[in-house]
Amino acid sequence: MHFLKLVLRNALRHKLRTLLTILGLVVAILSFGLLQSIVQAWYSGAAAAAPTRLVTRNAISLTFPLPLFYREKIKAVDGVKGVAIANWFGGVYQEARNFFPQFAVDAVPYFAAYPEFVVPPDEFTAFLRDRKGAIVGRRLAEQYGFKVGDTIPIKGQTFPGTWEFTVRGIYDGREARTDTATFFFHWQYLNERMQKTAPGRANQVGVFVVDIEDPERSAEISEKIDALFSNSTAETRTETEQAFQLGFVAMSGAIVTAIRIVSFVVIAIILAVMANTMAMTARERMSEYATFKALGFPPSYVGWLIVGESLAIALIGAAIGVALSFPVGAWFASKVGTMFPVFELSRDTILAQFACAAVVGLLAAALPVRRAARVNIVEGLRAIG
Amino acid sequence: MRIPLAYSVRNLWTRKLTTLLTAGGMALVVFVYAAVLMLDAGLKATLVGTGEADNIIVTRRPSGTEVQSRLDRRQLAIVESQPEIAAGSTGEKFVSRELVVLIALAKRGTEVPTNVTIRGIGPEGLALRPQVRVVAGRLPRSGSAEVMVGSSIAKGFGGAELGERLRFGGRDWTVVGVFDAGGAGFDSEIWGDGEQLMQAFRRDAYSSLVARLADVGSLAAIKARLETDPRLTVEVKPERLFYEEQSRALSNFISYLGLTLSVIFSLGATIGAMITMYAAVANRTREIGTLRALGFRRNGILGAFLIESLALALVGWAIGLALASLMQLVQISTVNFQSFSELAFRFTLTPRIVLQSLGFALAMGLLGGVLPALRAARMQIVDSLRAA
Repeated sequence: MHFLKLVLRNALRHKLRTLLTILGLVVAILSFGLLQSIVQAWYSGAAAAAPTRLVTRNAISLTFPLPLFYREKIKAVDGVKGVAIANWFGGVYQEARNFFPQFAVDAVPYFAAYPEFVVPPDEFTAFLRDRKGAIVGRRLAEQYGFKVGDTIPIKGQTFPGTWEFTVRGIYDGREARTDTATFFFHWQYLNERMQKTAPGRANQVGVFVVDIEDPERSAEISEKIDALFSNSTAETRTETEQAFQLGFVAMSGAIVTAIRIVSFVVIAIILAVMANTMAMTARERMSEYATFKALGFPPSYVGWLIVGESLAIALIGAAIGVALSFPVGAWFASKVGTMFPVFELSRDTILAQFACAAVVGLLAAALPVRRAARVNIVEGLRAIG
Repeated sequence: MRIPLAYSVRNLWTRKLTTLLTAGGMALVVFVYAAVLMLDAGLKATLVGTGEADNIIVTRRPSGTEVQSRLDRRQLAIVESQPEIAAGSTGEKFVSRELVVLIALAKRGTEVPTNVTIRGIGPEGLALRPQVRVVAGRLPRSGSAEVMVGSSIAKGFGGAELGERLRFGGRDWTVVGVFDAGGAGFDSEIWGDGEQLMQAFRRDAYSSLVARLADVGSLAAIKARLETDPRLTVEVKPERLFYEEQSRALSNFISYLGLTLSVIFSLGATIGAMITMYAAVANRTREIGTLRALGFRRNGILGAFLIESLALALVGWAIGLALASLMQLVQISTVNFQSFSELAFRFTLTPRIVLQSLGFALAMGLLGGVLPALRAARMQIVDSLRAA
């Protein structure tokens, strides 16, 4: 009890210094948490991938399409429950910076393969009835104010022309990590227009989403599908949805690594600040520590006093930092909008924030503890701050 | 009388540990700040270096990237017939019909496939880009399944070294040469014969046309004529501008994220400087009183402490910049958001960045030092002399 009181009193002796140190910690822990969340947001597509979904694409690269007739062949593979079509549309809504993904899909099998996209049944029926209909995610709808019934013009880049879609439904995510920032419309509409304007590009599919029954058999089924089309004009590459998504992350791997490194740099910065605070504190109190020793307290007692104070300051800073991470994170998520479809402060991040603060607290105390433990009573009593 | 500079500097020297820790915090912030600016500068240098000043590039409107663009032979013939385009060495028009596609290649070390640009060039394609030099091997023969690879590709991707074979488009392609474009975006590409690649990828339309203008001043005329021609839906751009626009999203992302982080991080380091300076003032209360009693003025005290704080920042700046300059040895290779293909670039230190980071460091020192210095300057002689 006395010990805790002493630690607390010590921490509050230099109120301004303690306050500034805590402020620094709050900033560092807050930025660390946000940066970690950004890295996780990058991986959100892979994290939300279902083990029962495979993605088949052209082996050359994603920019090459596959012929439509592959669908029936893939469907015939043993273990395949359903096959859906998805074409990346890559259009621009009003301005290039309004980025959100648009996919042309064959609605019934696609939404069957993605049960986490929850659409009200009547809206889904309305979508099926409208050739130019679209279903948009809740987050996307909120960001641009899309409502059911709105007409949305999108300028095609890969598919020339202006395309007008009518919003027929808004989907919600079944889980918090479900991406609700995507725009879906009918692949049939895209294909019909291609048949008219560029017949050479009709009946082509970006990727097939293959729904399988047993996730255990994913490797086997992938091999079977690819074997069907080997040595053909369009060879395929089939992988689990997770591997497919991780491939995207790997492409910008250098950026993700940089953000990750930077998130630890801010911890290193605050470690320097905190270590300095503790070093100064210990230096000023050297004569007190000598007094403790002269009174018969063991060197370890003095050491624990310093460690306790350092940890207390670090953890108070961390607690405030974590508490602020929630509102700041929410604000950040609303600012970046659909760039990161899923942005949340995960439990792991919060634990990492506290762990970092604890490490900072312990490391900052290390040097002063050594000094204080070694101080010779006579010298210590003579010391001035 | 002024307080000598040595007074401020020696004070830093006396408390080595504190000085080192505080300057270390600032050094890390300077490092992040400078590294971000260097990355952005490197990216810009790479893309500006990719274009020639008097080349134009024609793509389908509104594709934005070469990969998305398609131009058929009829449209190309119209573009090539324009009088503004210079004549090449053989008397033909100085143009190159190009095919640009992406293929998935495995990165060395990670074995994860990433998108690499393959460019099929016409006979004049090399002459249009004088910065491209073959540094190993030879040029691919036209009409053969041979390719040459950019220097970043040769280093970064498996199976892309001289003499190795790459498989794509249903054929094996022998790497017969490695070329260097002086750090330009072409270094992240694979080049081969346009006609051969068109067949391999079963394409009947090219991606873009690169042409040399006889006179740079005629850009506006040819641009206006082609873009309003009802037979075409094309966009005409100077090559440099085209490639600079390709990287705008990536460049903005790097600089916005980086600068926001630097500013937030600098808050931490500034607080560190403030703590150190407040302690320096508190420890030297009697000293300050003595100085005042000796006749030094308040402004002098203020200046001495500010200089101490700025010197601290200067140490942090020097360490941080030294660390950042080491980053010049590192090459970053990532996917460009707009073209969706691999792009390699370096951290580039420019004199401007040296000065900008110096200003940034001094601002941290100034902000951290001003309040403590004011406190020192405001002290009453008698009170401070009496302090323990």
